This record gives sequence, structure tokens and C-alpha cells, in this order.
Amino acid sequence: MSDNDATAKEISASKRLGLLGRKVGMTQLLLADGRSVPVTVIQAGPCTVLQRKTAEKDGYAAVQVGFDPSKPSRENKAAVGHAARAGKGTFNAIMEFHGGDDLEVGAAIAVGDLFHDGDLVHVTGTSKGRGYAGVIKRHRFSGFPGSHGTHEYFRHGGSIGNRSYPGRVFKGKRMAGRYGNDRVTTRNLVVVQVRGEQNLLLVRGAVAGPRGGYVVVRPAAG
Amino acid sequence: MSTTNVIQAIEAEQLRTDIPPFRPGDTVKVHVKVVEGEKERIQVFEGVVLRRANGANRETFTVRKISYGMGVERTFPVHSPRIDKVEVATRGRVRRAKLYYLRELSGKAARIQEEGQRR
Repeated sequence: MSDNDATAKEISASKRLGLLGRKVGMTQLLLADGRSVPVTVIQAGPCTVLQRKTAEKDGYAAVQVGFDPSKPSRENKAAVGHAARAGKGTFNAIMEFHGGDDLEVGAAIAVGDLFHDGDLVHVTGTSKGRGYAGVIKRHRFSGFPGSHGTHEYFRHGGSIGNRSYPGRVFKGKRMAGRYGNDRVTTRNLVVVQVRGEQNLLLVRGAVAGPRGGYVVVRPAAG
Repeated sequence: MSTTNVIQAIEAEQLRTDIPPFRPGDTVKVHVKVVEGEKERIQVFEGVVLRRANGANRETFTVRKISYGMGVERTFPVHSPRIDKVEVATRGRVRRAKLYYLRELSGKAARIQEEGQRR
């Protein structure tokens, strides 16, 4: 490991610092040339640094940040005590990011600090839970014809295999089951607008999850 | 601010206040900015408003005109920056919000009585 490698690692690590946010909803922006851009509005941050993890103490370097202030009376004493070090109250959402080594405990991270118009970002959310879903919704199967003799067999998946050879259903066969409520990352979304004073981030395209759901916004890798 | 208010505020910023009120049945002149090669010029599209489709900054309206004997309809976003201005030529008296029946009519039958005038 040369010195060069170490600095390169630091830079990539600091790049990974992101923000916790909340999906506000979608709308359109009208551009001067007449095009309209579909955007997802994200209330990104402000996040507060609650703890710094160091390689010496914790085995890895990271910052723990909190988002969305909560009532301290609703938190247990451990959570209140942990947040007390930062002195900025308690939070509903807490997570760690690599990078941000220069941030002190209690420091606030705002959208404007991390993202600018035209940046590419990865946005992670939890997709809407769809419960036990059939193969058409879950795997986009096309189903069966509505007529031409189809009898009580419209939204089925069809055959799931052969006969005595192989005598079993292959692993990974797509069937009905629980769908949604998964962690979904949408990659390389373009930041259309940053509204620092409102803590809003407008990205082009859709983001997984319901309105009001928590999302994580990170700079796109590389 | 609740989440709906944030969205509404963003949409409200983009609304144009310089577009005069007009309704289906009105005859309007829409001045559209068109880019031809390097140059930008204004093109006028004049006709009867067939419908308005509401939706905050996504609101659109459709204008129908007869061009060389052929019916031509064009839909514009109300709040698009590509629209230079909208002039209301006449106000029509109609009893419907969507004037799709005009497509089936031609000539004298397709005329719309002007607002305030009784036969």
C-alpha cells in the first residue's frame, strides 16, 4: 500500500457520505425549452452527526447521523442518552455513512453541502408492500387470453416444470408470494434542483416507497 | 409544511399569471414560440377551445381549427414557457365542458354562438 492508494481511498470514502431524507412526492417541472421533467421531491436532511466511529475504537471509520426529530419522551433512556452527546435531541431515523471524517459530533449536514444541480445520485427506499401477490404483478407474467377457450385460468403462471425428469421444480422458479416492502436502490438519478433553504432535493424520475417514506440519498459511485 | 403543501408550492411557482381566463367554446389565438434552425419565431394557432384538462402546472387545453378543409387539433400546456401569449378573440356560448361533438360537425353547423347573443 503506497501513500497514493491511501489518499485515493480517503477520497472515495468521503464521497460516500449521504443524507437521510423523506420522500415528499412527485410532480413535474417545466423547462424553458418547453420540456417537462418528472421529478421526485425529497426532503433531504438536515442530518445531525450523533457519533463518530473510528478505526481504533470500532474497527472502521464512519459517522452516525440522525434525521427526523422525535419526542425524547417516546424514546428509551439508552436512545436519549446516546443522542445527548450531540445535544440536538433524539431522532426517528438513524444510520451510518462512511466518510465525513472531518465532521464533529453535533454537526449538521444539509443538502446544499453534499449535492448540486446536475449531480448523479443513488436513492434507496423501501418499496410499497403489496402483500401476497400473483405472478402477473410480481414477475410481470402476461397471463392467459381472455377468450379462445380459456377456462378459469387467466392470471396463472402456467407450467412450472416437466415430468419425471427432472422430477422437481427448479430453484428460483418464479411463483406467487410476498412482493414489495424491499429495499430498492434507484441508481444514477440526476439532481434537477437543490433547494437548500427548504432542505429539498428534486431528482429526475421515480424513487421506491410511499410518500413520507424514508430514503437514503448518496452520491453516485465514481 | 405537510408533504402535499410542499408539492403544491412547487407547482404554484410555475403557474403563469399572464394567461387570460378562457373557456371551452372561446376562440383563441395562441402565440407559440417555434425554433426553426437557429432562429426562434412566433407562430399563431387560432381556433376554438375544445377542452381544458386541469392539473396545476400540468394543465392543458386543446384548440381545434379547420386548416385547408382538414380539422387540426393541437394541445398546449397552459403554463408552458413556449407559449408567448394567448389572446381571446371571441367568447362562445356553449353548454358543455368538452366540445368533442364539434368534430362530427362541419361548416355552418360547427359555428358557436357568441356569448351574450341570443338568436
